[in-house]
Amino acid sequence: MSKIIVVTSGKGGVGKTTTSAAIGTGLALRGHKTVIVDFDVGLRNLDLIMGCERRVVYDFVNVINGDATLNQALIKDKRLENLYILAASQTRDKDALTVEGVEKIITELAEQFEYVICDSPAGIEKGAHLAMYLADAAIVVTNPEVSSVRDSDRMLGLLSSKSKRAEEGREPITEHLLLTRYSPERVARGEMLSVEDVEEILSIQMIGVIPESQAVLKASNQGVPVILDEESDAGQAYSDAVDRLLGKEVPHRFLEVQKKGFLQRMFGGKE
Amino acid sequence: MNQADLLEKAPVFQLKGSMLALTILELSSNELDRLDIQLAEKVEQAPQFFQDAPIILALDKCLQSAQPLDLVRLLSICRKHGLHTLALRAEHPEHLAAAQLVDLAVIPPSGARERPLAIAATAETATEHNFTPARIITQPVRSGQQVYAKNTDLIVMAAVSAGAELLADGNIHVYGPLRGRALAGINGNLEARIFCQQMSAEMLSIAGQYKVAEDLRRDPLWGEATQTYLNAEHLEISTL
Ligand SMILES: Nc1ncnc2c1ncn2[C@@H]1O[C@H](COP(=O)(O)OP(=O)(O)OP(=O)(O)O)[C@@H](O)[C@H]1O
Ligand SMILES: [Mg+2]
Repeated sequence: MSKIIVVTSGKGGVGKTTTSAAIGTGLALRGHKTVIVDFDVGLRNLDLIMGCERRVVYDFVNVINGDATLNQALIKDKRLENLYILAASQTRDKDALTVEGVEKIITELAEQFEYVICDSPAGIEKGAHLAMYLADAAIVVTNPEVSSVRDSDRMLGLLSSKSKRAEEGREPITEHLLLTRYSPERVARGEMLSVEDVEEILSIQMIGVIPESQAVLKASNQGVPVILDEESDAGQAYSDAVDRLLGKEVPHRFLEVQKKGFLQRMFGGKE
Repeated sequence: MNQADLLEKAPVFQLKGSMLALTILELSSNELDRLDIQLAEKVEQAPQFFQDAPIILALDKCLQSAQPLDLVRLLSICRKHGLHTLALRAEHPEHLAAAQLVDLAVIPPSGARERPLAIAATAETATEHNFTPARIITQPVRSGQQVYAKNTDLIVMAAVSAGAELLADGNIHVYGPLRGRALAGINGNLEARIFCQQMSAEMLSIAGQYKVAEDLRRDPLWGEATQTYLNAEHLEISTL
């Protein structure tokens, strides 16, 4: 049975694409055949984060318009055997996606893949709606600040009322919350909401807390999903999130302020 | 400066802004005999509602007819049925002139949101037989969502987020934090109440009387389990 997972947020720039790349790669690493679909028509950057931007020939819109077949447009990841990417169009606008077109292609992908990860554009307009419409599960990406939490709340409301599952009166979309760019130091200083605050406001279960990390920027500059940087805190936190998505119980890490050890104090630790 | 001078300077008043929820009596015709009869019928349905009720008399939607409006008679008809006219809402020069003659304040027509107020019927006419079961919501009500319990109570067994809105013709119960807006008795049921486990609301309203977050936050019961009800047209909040 295939599973369609949308990565969404409402607010822009919170880490959806970073999360889609990491979770998709993590699932493939664990042996699941996975495709990551970029729904951000006009602003594509999943291909950059996955490091396959030079191999994009056809995109999502080409397939919808019948200019290319799905298999022509799917880009195989160069590192992992069972990971594929479907890029968004750079030149078209959001209206190029239609409900019928998206439904046809996502259904076709669901026949071939165990996991279909949909990287949603920001906002609550058409693009975001199409990305979540067919989902079985949702990862709602939030930053620990009031405006982001408010938008996620809004998005959770839409997930429960505007999806195909809701329209057909089927079991609702499974909701997961992923808190990212979390900085325990800033929480301690009262500049950010804590994990408990966010859980309380949204009353939904937390699938991962990803720390604010230099490793994310480094990874995206290199075109390598951060989950492959196994040394990094963000990579490890994403890895835990994938395990939780697959039903494992894993304690949360990186929630406390790190006390610097003696050597780190002497020589300055790496981030 | 001597004592008397100081006293003279001590302020005896303060100006305060406020938003009142008031009933508007909107006249669509100036046939005053018909108004008299129809008002009498309404009063019979809900005598308490009309007892010394302050109103705004709106003439801006009143169709002009050949005969000019007899404002003095109009006011006395209203008074006869228990209504105190606080001001006129009007723009027609004839109405403005009439208002000046009887020394009544005039407010301009507004684009503000208004909705028809169906007055709750008295016990005899109440629809006891048509029992409407309460509307029960088990999922969180999220920002941007609105839930309306028509002709009945609303029961929410989860959190109500900031930016969410609950509406009910009857009572509202929230078994979780109430961070959004809750409007009970929206059809004019003065007996409606709002019960919640954690009052952190953006707005609480009963039959059009409301308090917004600014006032609610100052309430000592902010964040507590509370009930909200009308006590002589005043919104009261008490512990559960
Ligand atoms: N854990 C993190 N630590 C530090 N920086 C991060 C982290 N997660 C994401 N970022 C940075 O935040 C920025 C936005 O990330 P990303 O592109 O994944 O967000 P998005 O939600 O997909 O944005 P958009 O709404 O524009 O699609 C990027 O510069 C990324 O490097
Ligand atoms: Mg993105």
